[in-house]
Amino acid sequence: MIRFDSVSKRYPNGFDALTQVNFELAAGEMAFLTGHSGAGKSTLLKLITLIERPTSGQVFINGQNLNRINSGQIPYLRRNIGVVFQNHQLLFDRSVFDNVALPLQIAGYQRAEVGRRVRAALDKVGLLNKEKQNPIALSGGEQQRVGIARAVVNKPPLLLADEPTGNLDPQLSAEIMQLFQEFQDVGVGVLIASHDLGLIKRMNKRVLGLSEGELVHDGLLTAASYAPRPVTETEL
Amino acid sequence: MAVNKGASRIAARPEPARASSHKNNTAGASVSRSNTSDRISSYLAHHRVTALSSLQRLLATPLQSLLTWLVIAIAIALPAIFYVGLQNVQALGSGWQASGQISVFIHKRARPQAIQMLQAKLLATPDISSAIYVSPEQALAEFSLSSGFGNALDTLDDNPLPPVLLLEAAVSVSSPEQLKALALQISTEPIVDDVMIDMQWLERLYQLLALGQRAVLALALFLALGVLLAVGNTIRLAIESRRDEIVVVKMVGATNAFVRRPFLYTGFWYGCIGGLLALLLLAVALFWLSEPVARLADLYQSEFRLQGLDAFVSFKLVLASSLLGLFGSWIAVSRHLYQIEPR
Repeated sequence: MIRFDSVSKRYPNGFDALTQVNFELAAGEMAFLTGHSGAGKSTLLKLITLIERPTSGQVFINGQNLNRINSGQIPYLRRNIGVVFQNHQLLFDRSVFDNVALPLQIAGYQRAEVGRRVRAALDKVGLLNKEKQNPIALSGGEQQRVGIARAVVNKPPLLLADEPTGNLDPQLSAEIMQLFQEFQDVGVGVLIASHDLGLIKRMNKRVLGLSEGELVHDGLLTAASYAPRPVTETEL
Repeated sequence: MAVNKGASRIAARPEPARASSHKNNTAGASVSRSNTSDRISSYLAHHRVTALSSLQRLLATPLQSLLTWLVIAIAIALPAIFYVGLQNVQALGSGWQASGQISVFIHKRARPQAIQMLQAKLLATPDISSAIYVSPEQALAEFSLSSGFGNALDTLDDNPLPPVLLLEAAVSVSSPEQLKALALQISTEPIVDDVMIDMQWLERLYQLLALGQRAVLALALFLALGVLLAVGNTIRLAIESRRDEIVVVKMVGATNAFVRRPFLYTGFWYGCIGGLLALLLLAVALFWLSEPVARLADLYQSEFRLQGLDAFVSFKLVLASSLLGLFGSWIAVSRHLYQIEPR
């Protein structure tokens, strides 16, 4: 599904965000991407969604070399990747329904099909009764779930999340993680960038640990195997 | 890891439809919508929705939109008013030209019978509607009355004025060239000394009109440039105010065409409604002028009335204005939209 082959990314200002990163995520696999801020988590996700291009190395999505994708093809690639943002990136000038419907409208779905899929996605995240509301009226947890509904409404085979629980309390975070787990259960590949080590440990999934742009950990998280820096009480 | 057939298709490809996806137990049956007619109809539906929502967006901020519409309307109406003015002067000029006058000077020693014969011959020509004979005595009397040189003329021993035939060309003789040809033909008559066409002023008028047309064209071009800049700047601000939305839709797979579309429609609506407002301004201006013009024409015993733009020219004006709006927004969009990318 995702394969990084000796991928390095140096930003124009000379900052090395990623150095020689190699890993592979199988289709339908769920993994966490962790590391302190500035370790390269966001850059890695941006390379998958082609917001950034690698300086060297190759990224493959389902066998397709992203270096060979020109800018005109990027939109069609992105339609197959659902992205959940930390600040959910909802549009407050339209209803919850219209926010979730956006990817379908862009992809050119028929009206009836849009309605059916949007309601299915909202039902999945438990917000079917809020479809007519403006997302600004929802709580933080609900807003994040609208963001997740938007990311999965197109039924993408791959779901990326950048700090999806960054602004949520532990209870809500656990609910969100449960949602991601359910998507994996139906065959969606899930890659979640997070520094919430306590939550990651409880999920007991594969963890990719980044430190200063290098992949320093790949596997289940145990206290001994991964410690990019001393873990503080507040993080746990 | 269970590899799912539907889920594994993630290549970048132009068709948006995915007929069968992975089994999501909440989404029910997935319907194939990959056939071409479906896609065309949803594409057209999106155009319709975008066109309508762009207009609604403009109407949601009526005052702001009205200001832009007025700027466009004035920029379009100004050259249009001059154009209408020129058209009317031209119509007036051709009306006068139809009664083009030719003065035929006869040799002083020509016999009265010969003059009468010529007069009859000229009257028989279809190009000439009237031929009035003015004898040297009549001409002198008229001249001394109207010129104020009466006393000075009395001192002359004999009458210096030749006999004259005053011809009026028929309506069919409509261009200065035809009038000239007619004059040349008359000048070949043996008793004719000289032929003068009273058309110098007409030629001057035509030159002035040609000059006026160029001036109007130049003004129109300048103001069209102004419309482009006004629309371009307004669209630039619209793009800036919708930056978040652009980032989000690009992130969920919107093509540049999709992102561009609402702004192009906005530009079109600015131009289209601005053009319609320009027609309204023009109509008001003409209405305001029509009565004094009619009264002035009456004083000259003329049937002349102010003419507005006909339906076809009006349509072309609105079309041109719409295209200007579209083009202006295209410039803004192509300059600014590509700078907004997800970060």
